[in-house]
Amino acid sequence: MTSPLKTYSTSLKRFQSLIALAVLCIVLSILSDKFFTADNGLNVLRQIAVNICIATGMTLIVLTGGIDLSVGSILALCGAITAGLLKNGIEVPASNTFIGFTLFGAVVVGLLAGFLLGWFNGFTITKFNVPPFVATLAMLTIARGFTMLYTKGHPISNLGDSFAIIGTGWWLGIPVPVYIAAVVVLATVFITQKTKIGRYIYAIGGNEQAAKLSGINIKKVKITVYAIAGALAALGGIIVTSRLDSAQPNAGISYELDAIAAVVIGGTSLSGGKGSVWGTVMGAVIIGVLNNGLVLLNVSPFWQQVVKGSVILLAVIIDKAGENKE
Amino acid sequence: MLVTRNISKRFGGVIALSSINMELHAGKVNAIIGENGAGKSTLMKILSGVHTEYEGSIELNGKAVKFRNTKEAEDAGIAIIHQELNLVPYLSIAENIFLGRELVDAFGMVKAKLMDDKTAELLAKLNLTIHPDTKIAALKVGQQQLVEIAKALYTNAEVIIMDEPTSAISDKEVDNLYSIIAQLKAEGKTIVYISHKLKELFALADRFVVLRDGCTVDEGNMNSITQDELIHKMTGRKIAVEKRTAHFNNGTELLSVKNISLKHSFIRFKNILNNISFQLHKGEIIGVYGLMGAGRTELMECIFGLHPKNSSGEVMVNSSAQKIKCPADAIAAGIALVPEDRKLHGLILNQTIKSNISITILQKLESWGLLNFKKEKKLAHDYISKLSIKTSSDQNLARNLSGGNQQKIVLAKWMATHPQILLLDEPTRGIDVNAKSEIYKLIKMLADEGMGIIMVSSEMSEILSVSDKILVMTEGQLTATIPIEEATEASILKYAIHKN
Repeated sequence: MTSPLKTYSTSLKRFQSLIALAVLCIVLSILSDKFFTADNGLNVLRQIAVNICIATGMTLIVLTGGIDLSVGSILALCGAITAGLLKNGIEVPASNTFIGFTLFGAVVVGLLAGFLLGWFNGFTITKFNVPPFVATLAMLTIARGFTMLYTKGHPISNLGDSFAIIGTGWWLGIPVPVYIAAVVVLATVFITQKTKIGRYIYAIGGNEQAAKLSGINIKKVKITVYAIAGALAALGGIIVTSRLDSAQPNAGISYELDAIAAVVIGGTSLSGGKGSVWGTVMGAVIIGVLNNGLVLLNVSPFWQQVVKGSVILLAVIIDKAGENKE
Repeated sequence: MLVTRNISKRFGGVIALSSINMELHAGKVNAIIGENGAGKSTLMKILSGVHTEYEGSIELNGKAVKFRNTKEAEDAGIAIIHQELNLVPYLSIAENIFLGRELVDAFGMVKAKLMDDKTAELLAKLNLTIHPDTKIAALKVGQQQLVEIAKALYTNAEVIIMDEPTSAISDKEVDNLYSIIAQLKAEGKTIVYISHKLKELFALADRFVVLRDGCTVDEGNMNSITQDELIHKMTGRKIAVEKRTAHFNNGTELLSVKNISLKHSFIRFKNILNNISFQLHKGEIIGVYGLMGAGRTELMECIFGLHPKNSSGEVMVNSSAQKIKCPADAIAAGIALVPEDRKLHGLILNQTIKSNISITILQKLESWGLLNFKKEKKLAHDYISKLSIKTSSDQNLARNLSGGNQQKIVLAKWMATHPQILLLDEPTRGIDVNAKSEIYKLIKMLADEGMGIIMVSSEMSEILSVSDKILVMTEGQLTATIPIEEATEASILKYAIHKN
């Protein structure tokens, strides 16, 4: 039975991260007059767009009770593939010819590569029962290695003005990456809330045994989720590459940790079944605002890391404290 | 000698034990006998310090003892060897035996050599020639059991309780176990032996204590009683059961199961199920009775496609052969399974009633690839009112409901698939009397509407009052098929108890 008090506290819990964000913004506005401006706001959003893409995919995985450590490497590899195809195409050794790629073609192949790498993660996890932590740890190294092989350790740069629009363009006063992130978020919210597979994702994370007995094809759902996360990491890679006008062989290192941090701060349980994409967006925004604020306040980068880590810890402690009360 | 005086135990409003008086003699094998739910495990948990709240007293060698935890019971000399062994798989034999009581030197370093030597001595006594360094995971179940016994010997246990020790070991290992028990007996240990296998008890035990419905019915010397007398004592109560007057009149055959066998997942050449065949008709309720370990749950799981690799046999639905390799196949064939453990296998506790009910038929609630929330809400409300699930809202989490209401949700999610065949595994376990009778009513109503139902149950009165026909299982075998008119508690139990 729900008492009024309980309804109140659960709705408080629901808006917990929003409240935390509001408090953070108010404090920063007081401390720095540069913080609460439209320019700075858009700046923050542009910076977190990539993390939002990766973290939404991560959310889907974490909701099933899994984890993906390979997204940073997939980001680098797919960014490099897109850049390489755009710039050099594919060489066909037999006939000594090149196949050129249009912007659209290169982007599609980059996304597809991410999808396949993610699919492979899901495949090893479901087919051979490799724990997700291990399977994706292996992919982290493998994909990074392929990135080095493909780029021969050098950046692929000068990718042309039209490609640069993806990462640096503006439309109607808002940066293009923000639109991309918004579409990703809306699409995943839609999938998790309105579709069958969304329900299955929550069901598997909530109780895999019960989900299996209910006739759900668990392997299929898991593989799909890892594949989506791979594609979203590739999308992040394309944005990063475009913004820098260069595919860096060591792009995206430790991005998986930022994504996991956003998921966790957003209140998604690492044991699965509980949480939401909206929460993750809040988590990513909190991290972004915090980074931005600390820079504006001239806090040393070393302290920034301490603060960020503490926030992650605090968020989870508050979350757990709320759970224990239930 | 271990004596209990007026031990009583309640769980909430349920009386599990009432005034248990018994004497367990030193230098004897004391058999504790009773049906499922007679109170054997509760009693053993009290003796071994698991349950610490109870009425009455325990005397060990004339001194009153009261244990606050299992360690105290161990220290007092009572060791229990559970059916599910309590060893750490990736530690060695020696490390397991000395776990929590490691021998250390003045610097706090463990004396590994000394512990290995002592372990080797203990193992030699048990005819187990394995190096003390061997990891538990590398041992067979029978050997692991001996390690448990070695542990009991090391702690100088005077009372050794064995719960169904022969249920998972091979015949050769059983022989070895018997000779070890004889040896322990000769040393003056009090052996407490729980088993359903009558032949075993008559071969091994010196004394018996019969429990029924939480009371001691009788105790005495094994050589003063016959098998039939013993069975009679276990069942002697008179339950007033109103049997179902067979509504179903040889309807058409719904399900036919032929030669279902299930291999043990790690013991070679051992079968959990052996060539089980039966038929279920439209509108029929089959009750499946058996004691623990008879394989009833596994039979349901095989039909539902949960053991695709280890099971064999044929399943026909409406006279057409089915290839059921996973639950989705079973559902497609019109079969539903309400599992034994609703929290572990039936529900997603942290989700709402609504999502729990709709999970089995989400594909039917889609329009244009989207979930139709209106349809889902209607579905949930239909079942909430149909099964009178007590809740203020369909948004309440499953975890916050009572056992009876949780079970109704599990029933609802399966009724939503409109199955032709409903498999129920212990459908009323752990729920209150009112909810029970509601569920019985529901089961009968579904049968009257033409569904075929198989109900596994450990409760004799439930089996007798709900079924049209009773299947009795023992050790993976189907030992009897009894029409309800001929079924009595004694006749059912006669087939349920293993005699060979």
